[in-house]
Amino acid sequence: MSPLQLFIEYSIVGIAAGGIYALIALGIIVIFKASHTFNFAMGEMMMLSAYFFYAASVTFALGPALGLIVAMIGSIIVALIIERVAIRPMLGRPFIAVVMVTFGIGSILRGIVGMVWGPNEVQIPSILSRSPIFLGDIFVPGKTARGFAIAVILVVALIAYLRFSRAGVALRAAAESATTAYSMGINVRNVVAFAWVIAAITGCISGVLMANINTLTPHLGLVALNVLSVVILGGLSSISGVLVAGLIIGWLEAITGLYLPTEFREITPYVLVLIVLLVRPTGLFGAKEVERI
Amino acid sequence: MLDIEDIQLSFGGVKALSGVTVNAETGMITSVIGPNGAGKTSLFNVISGFYRPQKGRVTLAGEDISSLKPHQRAYRGMARTFQNIALFHGMTVADNIKLGAHTHLKSGILSAGLRLPSTRNEEANLDKEADEIIDLLELDKVRNDQVEDLAYGLQKRVEMARALIMRPKILLLDEPVAGMNREEKSEMSRFVLRVKNDLNTTVLLIEHDMSMVMGISDAIVVLSFGQPIASGTPDEVRNNPDVIKAYLGSVDETTQNAA
Amino acid sequence: MSSAIDQSSIMPAKKASYVTDNRLWLVIFIVALAGLPFALPGYWIFFAGLLGINIIASHGLNIMMGYTGLLSLGHGAFVGVGAYTVAILQTNFDLPFWITIPLAGIIATVIGIAFGLPSLRIRGLYLVIATLAAQFILYFIFVHWESVTNSDVGLSVAPAEIFGYQFNTETRIYYFILAFVIASTIFARNVIRSRVGRAFIAIRERDLTAQVLGVEIVWYKLLSFGLGSFYAGIAGALLAYFNRFVNPEQFELMLSVFFLSAVIVGGMGSILGAILGAVFVTLLPEFLREASLLAAHGLGIDLSSILTPLRETIFGLIIVGFLILEPRGLAHLWQRARRKFSRARA
Ligand SMILES: Nc1ncnc2c1ncn2[C@@H]1O[C@H](COP(=O)(O)OP(=O)(O)OP(=O)(O)O)[C@@H](O)[C@H]1O
Ligand SMILES: [Mg+2]
Repeated sequence: MSPLQLFIEYSIVGIAAGGIYALIALGIIVIFKASHTFNFAMGEMMMLSAYFFYAASVTFALGPALGLIVAMIGSIIVALIIERVAIRPMLGRPFIAVVMVTFGIGSILRGIVGMVWGPNEVQIPSILSRSPIFLGDIFVPGKTARGFAIAVILVVALIAYLRFSRAGVALRAAAESATTAYSMGINVRNVVAFAWVIAAITGCISGVLMANINTLTPHLGLVALNVLSVVILGGLSSISGVLVAGLIIGWLEAITGLYLPTEFREITPYVLVLIVLLVRPTGLFGAKEVERI
Repeated sequence: MLDIEDIQLSFGGVKALSGVTVNAETGMITSVIGPNGAGKTSLFNVISGFYRPQKGRVTLAGEDISSLKPHQRAYRGMARTFQNIALFHGMTVADNIKLGAHTHLKSGILSAGLRLPSTRNEEANLDKEADEIIDLLELDKVRNDQVEDLAYGLQKRVEMARALIMRPKILLLDEPVAGMNREEKSEMSRFVLRVKNDLNTTVLLIEHDMSMVMGISDAIVVLSFGQPIASGTPDEVRNNPDVIKAYLGSVDETTQNAA
Repeated sequence: MSSAIDQSSIMPAKKASYVTDNRLWLVIFIVALAGLPFALPGYWIFFAGLLGINIIASHGLNIMMGYTGLLSLGHGAFVGVGAYTVAILQTNFDLPFWITIPLAGIIATVIGIAFGLPSLRIRGLYLVIATLAAQFILYFIFVHWESVTNSDVGLSVAPAEIFGYQFNTETRIYYFILAFVIASTIFARNVIRSRVGRAFIAIRERDLTAQVLGVEIVWYKLLSFGLGSFYAGIAGALLAYFNRFVNPEQFELMLSVFFLSAVIVGGMGSILGAILGAVFVTLLPEFLREASLLAAHGLGIDLSSILTPLRETIFGLIIVGFLILEPRGLAHLWQRARRKFSRARA
């Protein structure tokens, strides 16, 4: 295969893998829009969902379909508890403090999973077929391709829902300004809780997909931290920008894998983040506005 | 002392200031007045270096400071207070005031960390200086109180003290008596005059309260929608028909003005 | 008339006696610390040494985060930089501690600033992201720069030694560390009570106002971040001499969480807080271990396998709980208790 063909193949596989990151990114930005909170626990929510899926489908032998539903319900309940118990009391506090709270929540969830399921890998039932997909000459691993398809369907569905439903309108109003939203008769608290539910859904699906493609350990969630980093750098102003950021991470990891030893994939997003900070300190798409004093 | 020439400032398409020229004469109190949203605070932000105007110049004591950063302007002798009180909570009055002395202290991290004699002297002198300012503004009773526990009027005074310990050439005051009762207002007027007379500091003042402005100003500039519409002595401004028109919206102030 | 004179003559005297009172307590306290090895079993002296190291690292994070408002999620990795500096310099060049320890501080500062500088220029979350990147990238280097760090196996470190005297027992290394703890605590306190410390606080509280007062915020953020990293480097260096080996596992994200919780529990922006917080988080795992032993003996439940995740859970709970319920931490509780006590006495 020529170097160019290799590059193209790796790019396609990478972007396909980025679909899941885009899904994670969607969960992050929905919460950010609703409450200007950066959810550093997104990855752990995702990881916990995958364990819920494992418990329901394997331990309680409910099978994959029912297992997924149970995992989804469990994830939503956990998200609502987090929002109610830890996020709501922090309203009006400095954003740094809220960041630390979500970071602490991540630690709690990681610890709980470690206590319940142990530090080692567990095997979840495969919901994605392994048979590869060929795009012309290009070979895309089956799980990655199908994971991408599911992620895209979910992202499109959620964006459509957010655009056309009442809840979506409320979310956008709250994103504009909490006071305006209040004056429109929107209960901002409910909007925030709703955003956490959306994040739980994206987290659950991305967690299960990720656990299918890679392996499931309590560290599965760490990947969301690099998604979060890139997304923050992306400026958080538009949903489409954030989705692109997700795809870019996937692409970048694949390309790194092509030219460097595979272990470098772990840190490429962070290296990217540092380079961007160096050359364009206010982020990639972040609008520069004069702060009011 | 402070010359502001032909400032033009816009945010996106919105013109906040255009063609604004103000001269604060040495040792005088110059006031900037105008209805809400006229651009007074924006002008202060231009002067202190937070907003970069599209056009115009700011000159302090003969030096063009237009391109300097806010902290560099502080080193050149500029001090200001904010429209919304900007004190440091969780600290006492004295500590807040000491924070203002940054520009004329020298200790670096090593001499501070090792508490070398130079730092020790510096801190001892600072205590004395703080005491002087505290006396001047009659804050000795609340010296060791937490700032957030103080009445609003006192907080404004602490903010002024913190600006004064900088020994500024020019002091910018943004609405120093907003939200105060009559008694507090006249007290504050007295202090501003004291700053002018005892410390010989040039003052640039933004204020909505006409009795204060008319009572203590040497010169007044009137802004409306970002444009200067009048300037002169209090008497000249008071009788300027344009000014009266600009203020027609806010009746209470025009009546105060007439009184 | 006479009462006014009384006032002025009593007030300063009272203040002076208060100061000597404090000094006296401090001396008593330090003497007590010096006498500790005579009173406690070696096992506890070992922990006192570890505690000392954690206090130094917590001072560092407290300077950045508590006083200046610069949140770092990579403090543990900067501690790692200090530890590796010692191990590498000793392994390759056989340098003595009085060279390796200062160098560990300096190199941690340089690396900290290299990561922090781009984002210190701007406000907001960027520093948090940059420090998170530092945590992962530095850990990656510890693991994968095999020719220098010896990968997961790590490097062993000989005890610190001066004129043939080795700091090789619990008690000896305890005194060694104690000296650094005292010096670093006094230095931190002095900095905070100076022009520099006031500038830090001004930046934390209102950075715009700080600029109006003449504080060059980028420079002071850099100073704070550099000093905090220096403390991390020193703590790491001591840790290397304390454990006598260095490997990547010690400097995972968990260590950064550990110091974060220490500073939050103790009370951000308080020297005493950093100390109390370090005590709390150092003793907590020990307490958990003891409790699990008790459970194993008494109830026949073996908790040893879940100790690590349990710690992770509890540190997370502490961070969240204190931020929500008592953001000023143990130091504030302590002060309140003391005020109550002195009022009761008066
Ligand atoms: N950073 C900014 N971005 C956009 N617009 C701004 C900004 N700062 C000020 N403005 C606009 O500039 C205009 C002037 O505002 P400014 O605060 O200077 O008025 P002011 O005279 O101080 O009013 P007040 O008496 O209410 O304090 C207003 O229309 C305001 O909305
Ligand atoms: Mg204003």
